Amino acid sequence: MAVELPDNVLVTRLDALANWCRKNSLWPMPFATACCGIELMATGASRHDIARFGAEVFRFSPRQCDLMIVAGRVVMKMLPVLQRIWQQMHEPKWCISMGACASTGGVFDTYAVVQGIDRFIPVDMYVPGCPPRPEQLIQAIIDLQEQIQRGKGIVSQPGPVDTPKRALLELPVLPVLPAAMGGLPHGAPAVVQQGGQSRGV
Amino acid sequence: MACDAQSPTQPATDTSCPQVVAALGARFDDIQASEFRGQTRVVVPRDSFLAVMRFLRDEQQFDMLVDITCVDYLHYRGAEHRFGLVYLLLGTRHGKRLTVRVYLDEPDLVVPSVVSLWRAADWLEREVWDMFGIRFEGHPNLRRILLPEEFTAHPLRKDYPLQGRGERHNFPVLRRGAS
Ligand code: SF4
Repeated sequence: MAVELPDNVLVTRLDALANWCRKNSLWPMPFATACCGIELMATGASRHDIARFGAEVFRFSPRQCDLMIVAGRVVMKMLPVLQRIWQQMHEPKWCISMGACASTGGVFDTYAVVQGIDRFIPVDMYVPGCPPRPEQLIQAIIDLQEQIQRGKGIVSQPGPVDTPKRALLELPVLPVLPAAMGGLPHGAPAVVQQGGQSRGV
Repeated sequence: MACDAQSPTQPATDTSCPQVVAALGARFDDIQASEFRGQTRVVVPRDSFLAVMRFLRDEQQFDMLVDITCVDYLHYRGAEHRFGLVYLLLGTRHGKRLTVRVYLDEPDLVVPSVVSLWRAADWLEREVWDMFGIRFEGHPNLRRILLPEEFTAHPLRKDYPLQGRGERHNFPVLRRGAS
């Protein structure tokens, strides 16, 4: 049954429309803990200007953001803060891990530095570099926008859940931990087993 | 004034103070002094440590405590003691500097606190406690200052592994969409 449509009306899927809205107004939460944060600021400034991609509204309140950009190394004292901020952000939300440190710990393979934030929070895009150029971060945002457009839409949780991250698979065996942030046993006496599959604990 | 003004033949960076060493030697036993490139160092036994520091502050005008740090001599060639505490003093009136050292051995890692002499020692001693596990007797608030309170080790000790004992991995994992 054909329906006559006026010229200024477009038919689409509601999911596609919602994703299109989401991807073009990302509000970044700058979690800049180290030198990469300087490049993050440069990305937001006029020369590189991520306003061209609709992501210029940096907000320092996690309640207002839907894109967390972790720029810099995260130490074990900071990780509970990072997780709390991630939990405070509303769905749908995405995360970009910017730089070698946030993605893998970088050169800081010490007792205090978390070896990749993707061990403890979900990450959608990794930006290599030490620090990455602003162009690389912009490319990550563009790639993320494509991924959001392909995402599941408004009914389910967004983002890919099918491919587990490599670093998550390599996580050392930990005791059962509470899902809620309340009983966070970070820094408790070490109970990590030096298992075969864990990477240089 | 305990130290004379620099003689013109000495380099401008000479902060050595032989007069202070002489005064210390006359007052206390067991003081070893050495000098290297215009810097004076004295090694003080722990028993007289607090009295020496008070003497240096009150009678030798070392009114500023620049730093307190510690060295772990585990496996160090020729070392006789496990830990060496380093106190850097400066007299702002006469411009002389003095390094005071105390050696400690396990299990008796206790040294009197100098917070009562220099307030600056407060956080410095907390940092040494945090990183090396040296207890400062009489410190008003000897808590960890850099590491989380729950941390159990003292990571700058040489027998602590560089990559830790798994503290950096001991967190809950947040996953997407499970909530
Ligand atoms: S990746 Fe390089 S620039 Fe970025 S936080 Fe680490 S050390 Fe700094």
